[in-house]
Amino acid sequence: MSNLEDLYREIILDHYRSPRNRGELAVPPATRVEGFNPLCGDEITLYVELEDGIVANVKMMGHGCSISQASASMMGSAVKGKSVEQVREQIRTFKQLMTVHESTLEHDGEPAKVDLRALGELAALQGVVKFPVRIKCAALAWNTLSQGLDELA
Amino acid sequence: MTSFDARRVRADTPQLNRVVNDRTITYLDTAATSLQPRAVIEAMSRYYELRHANVHRAVYVTAEESTAAYEGARDAVARFIHAPAGSNEVVFTKNATESFNLLAKSWGKANLGAGDVVLVSEMEHHANIVPWFQLREETGVEVRFIPVTNDYRLDLSSIDELMRDVKLLSITGLSNVLGTINPVRELSSIAHRHGALIAVDGAQSVAHSPTDVVDLDVDFLIFTGHKMLGPTGIGVLWTREDILADMPPFLGGGGMIADVSTEGYTPAGGPTRFEAGTPPIAEAVGLGAAVRYLEGLGMAGVMRHEHGLTGDALTRLAIEFDGRVRVIGPADTLDRGGVISLDVEGVHPHDVAQVLDQFGVCVRPGHHCAKPLMRRFGLAATVRASFGPYSLARDTDVLIEALGHALKMFG
Repeated sequence: MSNLEDLYREIILDHYRSPRNRGELAVPPATRVEGFNPLCGDEITLYVELEDGIVANVKMMGHGCSISQASASMMGSAVKGKSVEQVREQIRTFKQLMTVHESTLEHDGEPAKVDLRALGELAALQGVVKFPVRIKCAALAWNTLSQGLDELA
Repeated sequence: MTSFDARRVRADTPQLNRVVNDRTITYLDTAATSLQPRAVIEAMSRYYELRHANVHRAVYVTAEESTAAYEGARDAVARFIHAPAGSNEVVFTKNATESFNLLAKSWGKANLGAGDVVLVSEMEHHANIVPWFQLREETGVEVRFIPVTNDYRLDLSSIDELMRDVKLLSITGLSNVLGTINPVRELSSIAHRHGALIAVDGAQSVAHSPTDVVDLDVDFLIFTGHKMLGPTGIGVLWTREDILADMPPFLGGGGMIADVSTEGYTPAGGPTRFEAGTPPIAEAVGLGAAVRYLEGLGMAGVMRHEHGLTGDALTRLAIEFDGRVRVIGPADTLDRGGVISLDVEGVHPHDVAQVLDQFGVCVRPGHHCAKPLMRRFGLAATVRASFGPYSLARDTDVLIEALGHALKMFG
């Protein structure tokens, strides 16, 4: 079951059972953006409120599997208080995490391509890479956020 | 009479020996696709080793053998469903979806216009919904739905009203989500009483119970090879000879013509009119072998076996999980097949399926190409376990063990 425990780390299950940043924000001032995974039916509605180029608040609604819900929940906490530029950098780092196999990260002597420390608890999602069909679950909230930032720009 | 023995079917099916995550797989996804017995795999490989040639064209020996093998498969399929005029009524397609498209785009386009209705149900697969919506865009035909009751049956309480202006009733024989077996004989007589024809989606039923199109009194029967121990890439549309004779061609090209000149073309008669281009010959050979294999097992025996497994599984799921695993489908085995959709308390279907995979259990999470039905019951997805002739009670043991683990992990 080691693979399974790699995928479902305790912190992921915790975010799934008690998701943070659930709710809605008034539009405007917030922007509302929807994401959808037609293959498995996962849905997310994201509310992002910017103040002077800073993500002042994030709320979300929707439903999905533990991976998509935990990823969204952690994302909300990670981006709050960050500048749009910093958030774009976080999105890039997260996407790298989803495309790099774990062996590259652990391999001694080779520089890790992804700075896991910068990801904080999001690093718990690295086990997803071993389960290619679940990557789209983890990426749903991030792709939706990216789309939201594009609309705001 | 030989008695049905699922252990022998299991021994005949090589993929059931596959080891995944250190465990022999527990295959519970026959509703998505069945696993092939050695007889099917060997028939296809013998065909490619010895007899491959294009059909209906050349006069050399292997070409004649190839044609005989292809047409022999058509005979076998006709016999399997008791087609009254034999192979003249059996059209080979790519899959059940293509068969529905053939039905809608050939028969439907010629016979269904504005003011007409095609009646389907809320429990249909998208293959029996989308082609009708596409036809609606073209001809203005109305697409109407028979509702499904809270206990997962067709709601036939207002059927006479629903049948108004219906030219075709197109309905599944066995729901690929709920496992519900619909009363096809009763629906045939309702349709015919109202002057309509009836098409039945047999994709989930033909490999799990005896099928007799005369006894069912249906006008069209659609099914696919790969859900009945055959290969992918081949499906069937059966209809009566007189209906087929009036259906305009579907795809155009070689093989489907009687004559072509610079002025135009004359289509061929019979099933070949709908089989443009080189057909799936090896796949037909495989399907023929699958049909003969199923006949050897005896469909009545297959049905009894899966009925027993389903009853046992429903009982054990209810006892074991005390309501935490809910069956989305009839709770008893009356008019019910071996397709069991589950809603696991607090665990998303994709997570359930992921945990089950670690136990080697193959199930299908998702909406099962039946989104109107999912909406009807307020679900985004279910986990579906489904039986085949090779299934054993020990498959249910592993399913229950793995479900228990999923509940513990996410609970």
